[in-house]
Amino acid sequence: MKRYSAFNLFRGGLDGHKGWTRAWRAPEPKPHYDVIVVGAGGHGLATAYYLAKVHGVKNVAVLERGWIGGGNIARNTTIVRSNYRLPELQAMLELSLKLWEGLGDELNYNLMFSQRGALFLGHSDSDMTRLAERGDALRCNGIDAELMTRAQVAKLIPLLDMSPDARFPVYGGLIQKRGGTARHDAVAWGYARAADALGVDVIQNCEVTGLNIVGGKVVGVKTTRGDIGAGRVGLCATGGSTKLAAMAGLKLPIECHNLQAFVSEPVKPMIDTVIMSQSIHCYISQSDKGEIVLGGDPDMYPTYAQRGMSMRIEEVAAQAIALVPALSRLRMLRSWAGTTDMSFDGSPIIGTTPVDELYLNAGWCYGGFKACPGSGWLYAHALAKGEPHPVAAPFSLDRFATGALIDEAGVGPMPHHR
Amino acid sequence: MMLIPCPHCGPRAAAEFTFERPLESIVPLDATPAEAVERLYTRENPRGPSWELWRHAYGCRGWIKLLRNTATHEIAEAAAIEGAA
Repeated sequence: MKRYSAFNLFRGGLDGHKGWTRAWRAPEPKPHYDVIVVGAGGHGLATAYYLAKVHGVKNVAVLERGWIGGGNIARNTTIVRSNYRLPELQAMLELSLKLWEGLGDELNYNLMFSQRGALFLGHSDSDMTRLAERGDALRCNGIDAELMTRAQVAKLIPLLDMSPDARFPVYGGLIQKRGGTARHDAVAWGYARAADALGVDVIQNCEVTGLNIVGGKVVGVKTTRGDIGAGRVGLCATGGSTKLAAMAGLKLPIECHNLQAFVSEPVKPMIDTVIMSQSIHCYISQSDKGEIVLGGDPDMYPTYAQRGMSMRIEEVAAQAIALVPALSRLRMLRSWAGTTDMSFDGSPIIGTTPVDELYLNAGWCYGGFKACPGSGWLYAHALAKGEPHPVAAPFSLDRFATGALIDEAGVGPMPHHR
Repeated sequence: MMLIPCPHCGPRAAAEFTFERPLESIVPLDATPAEAVERLYTRENPRGPSWELWRHAYGCRGWIKLLRNTATHEIAEAAAIEGAA
C-alpha cells in the first residue's frame, strides 16, 4: 500500500502521478477463510479491518454482491453523533464516536470527518424538557451535551427563522459539539484499503447464494463464484439480512423500509452545524462541496425499491425552508434512497444466532452510518472471540422474545410509527 | 407515489393511507406467548408480493388489505376487511 501524504503527492507531481497503485487488490476467492464477512459496506469492511488489526485474524474475506460504496454507505446523510438517550445505545455510539476521532489518520485516508457540532432544535417547552432530560442522561455518562438558549441558537445559526410568526418557533436546542459529518464513501474506501493492506481479501461481484450448514454449524458459503469454506460467517448486509438469514432457516425481527435524502446545488458556506429537529424530523447540513444535504422521515411502508416517494421530498423541503428560509431559492440536484433494516425496537442486532459459528449484524434502522467504526469494532470482537463484546451484549437477537428491548423512541413492534 | 385502489373510495393517492402491518403479523386474541412473539417480532419481509393491512386514514378511515409488491410497488389486489370497515 502506497502511503498517502503531502510528500508523496508532491513527489507524484514530479513524475506525472504515474507511481500510484490501486487502493485495494481484486483477489480471487481462496478455498477457505477463518472468517467470511458477508457484505462489504461500511460495517462489513470495518469489521474485517478490526479483525485483522485488533485481533490478528488476517485470513478474512469480505464478500460483496455489488461494488464497494454502492449500498447504504453511500445512501445516507453522513451525520455522526452519539447523543442517544438510553445507556446501551450511548455506550455503543460513544465507542463509535471515539473511534471516528482519529480514524482518518489511522486509516491514512481523508474521511473529511468534521466535528462541526450536531444540534437538536427544540420547538416548545415540552421539547426543551425532553432535550434537557436527554442532555442530563448524556452528561451523567460522560458524553458531551450542552443545552442552548434561543439566543445562543440564533447566534450559532443566524439563518434560522427566528421571527415571531415562524412556522416552527425555536425555543432552544441541545448540541453535541463532537458530533458532525464525514465523507460517506471515503469511509468504505478507507476501510477497504486499510483492511486489504493487512491481508484481508475484499471480493466484489461475489453474491452469497446459500450457506453450507452441517450438523447445525455453518462451514462455508455458496457464492456466484463457487463455494468458499469458513470457520465463521458474519452476516452484515442491510437490506439482504432477511434473505441471508432465511438461508439458515432463521426468521428475523426485521422489516425493510426506504429512507430518502437529497442534496441541493452547491453554494458558498452558509450552515456550519448539523441542524436536526426530531419533533418535526428534518436534518440539514452542508457538505464540503457546498451542497445542502437534507433528510427526513422514512417512507413508512415496507419496500426494497431504493427510490423514495415524492411526498416525502416535498415534506422535508417544506420543513427545511420553514426552518431556514434562505434555502427556498435552491434547486435540488439529486435524491436517493436506501433500504433500511428496521428492527422492532429501533436498535440494532449484533451477535450470535441459533446456528453455530453464524453471526448476525443487522437492524440498524436509519442510524447505521454513524455506527460504522463501533459496529465493526464490536462485530470483530464477536467474530474473533466467539462471544459478544460486553457493549454489544444487550443487542442480542433473542431480546425480542425475552422482552429486554432497547426502545429509544418507544415505538414498540411498529418500526414505522414514530 | 403509489395510487392505492381503496375498495370503498376508488383510486386515491398514497398520501391518504397509512401502512399498518403485514397480515402475517396480526396476533390472534388466543395466541400463545410464543406465537405472539413470532407474529409481532418476526417477519417474512419478502422482496415481492406481500399481503398487508393498510388504513385509508385520511379518507373513509376504513381498514383494507392489499397484495402489494415491495420491489415494484404494484398493487395486484385490494380488498375490504369484512366487519372492520
